[in-house]
Amino acid sequence: MEKPLYTVTSTPHIHSTDTIDKTMRYVLLALVPATIAGVVFFGLRALMIILISIAAAIIFEVLFQKTAKRPVTVSDGSAAVTGLLLGLVLPPAVPLWFPIVGAFVAIIVVKQLFGGLGQNFLNPALAARAVLMAAYALPMTAGFFEPQGLYNWTDIDVVASPTPLAIIGSEGFYPAAADFVAAFVGNISGSIGETSVIALLIGAAFLFYKKVISWHIPICFIASAGVFVFIFNPNMLALYHLITGGLMLGAFFMATDYPTSPMTPMGKVVFGIGCGILTGIIRLFGGFPEGVAYAILLMNLTVPLIDRYVRPRVLGTKRRGA
Amino acid sequence: MSLIKAVKRFKKGVLDENPIFSQAVALCPVLAVTTSITNGIGLGLATLAVLTASCLVVCALRRFIPTQVRIPCFIVISATFTTIVRLLMEAFLPSLNEALGIFIPLIVANCIVLARMESFAAKQPPVMVLFDSAGMGLGFTGALAIIGVVREILGLGTMFGITVMPEAFPRATIMIMPAGGFFALGFIIAGLSAFKKRRA
Repeated sequence: MEKPLYTVTSTPHIHSTDTIDKTMRYVLLALVPATIAGVVFFGLRALMIILISIAAAIIFEVLFQKTAKRPVTVSDGSAAVTGLLLGLVLPPAVPLWFPIVGAFVAIIVVKQLFGGLGQNFLNPALAARAVLMAAYALPMTAGFFEPQGLYNWTDIDVVASPTPLAIIGSEGFYPAAADFVAAFVGNISGSIGETSVIALLIGAAFLFYKKVISWHIPICFIASAGVFVFIFNPNMLALYHLITGGLMLGAFFMATDYPTSPMTPMGKVVFGIGCGILTGIIRLFGGFPEGVAYAILLMNLTVPLIDRYVRPRVLGTKRRGA
Repeated sequence: MSLIKAVKRFKKGVLDENPIFSQAVALCPVLAVTTSITNGIGLGLATLAVLTASCLVVCALRRFIPTQVRIPCFIVISATFTTIVRLLMEAFLPSLNEALGIFIPLIVANCIVLARMESFAAKQPPVMVLFDSAGMGLGFTGALAIIGVVREILGLGTMFGITVMPEAFPRATIMIMPAGGFFALGFIIAGLSAFKKRRA
């Protein structure tokens, strides 16, 4: 039989080579510097928490999909990303079963019960952190310590030390006490993966380069948080706020999560500014020293609304009022 | 014959048409008071008493209540019994009464009570009504007790106020907060419907 000259197919003809696996692998790669920084500063215990978190997330995903007789999609790496992010947002001295409870909330409650990948209405890792915070407030707030070096396997109460934001929250701000270099490198008290700004920026640059994330959400998020803090504290505090706490990790890796962020560039700008202002409000006026997680979770809930109001104009239709 | 039917009705109220787990009605008091088993059972039994008594009265008066104003009549009847129950609890169970607070007076507007009066008691003979309201009331009490057990054990590590979990067991404060009520209820309903699906 003669080979046909043309293969006739319907549109689309241009296929993107982006797949879920690939995107997830990029995100995992981009998180490697922050993970390494976390382990270097907070020791093998931090590595243990991260590994348990990833393992638990993967196991819960497989267990649920097997039990519910759904196709097992754990090899797409999304569970591993959730597990890694969960490990990175936990304080380094929490008990080792914390990531297991957290992974249960993230994977089973937030992700799978709502339909699995792409159906979650909240960021799973942050939702898990919020639940852990509500359930076990004491270990979550007392689980921070000053960086102790790689081979540290310390107990919680020996060196417990509040985060810079907690100190600002309770004692006010002393510009002299703010060590910008330490905060930039990550040599400060904080959650495992959030302290090293430089490592997070390297990861973020990689994601930008691979076009996994666009600039809208992170830049609007960070800028609006900075402007908000600056309005109420017109001094160095505004800058220090940007490089401490979970702002960098949240802005680049959490707020940009596809299912829980708007689809259009305009929507992303609105989303990012909303996150930034909420973060500023919670940090300066709220009961908690840190507000990135809650800001992102709250804005997650507004995503369907944002998407509804910032629909792009269909090509060829009239502009409103034109 | 009618007794078999009545017993079936009773079983339906407790299991198949359980007001919480199957119908998912009256959730507000459920989520509010099930922070402990004692509170759950207390509200359940109070509701059971009001439900049975007012359904029987509605049943007895069903030919005299004008259709147009039946809802106000139902409310007056259930308010009467709620007041009686509240006064009795104030006198004999003051601590439980204090723990349940506003949710005892609110039994007046409990939708299980109203629904049973409207859809069953006003149309059926007294024996059936008795078994129906007893089944619904006990189903409600049982559901409250089950949610109470889950929340009290996970949130406080106690049962009926007695410590049952070792000190090392971490108390998940969220379980005795309102959000924990939703978690417990959701997981129990999910488990039950999975179980039913498997059996069917």
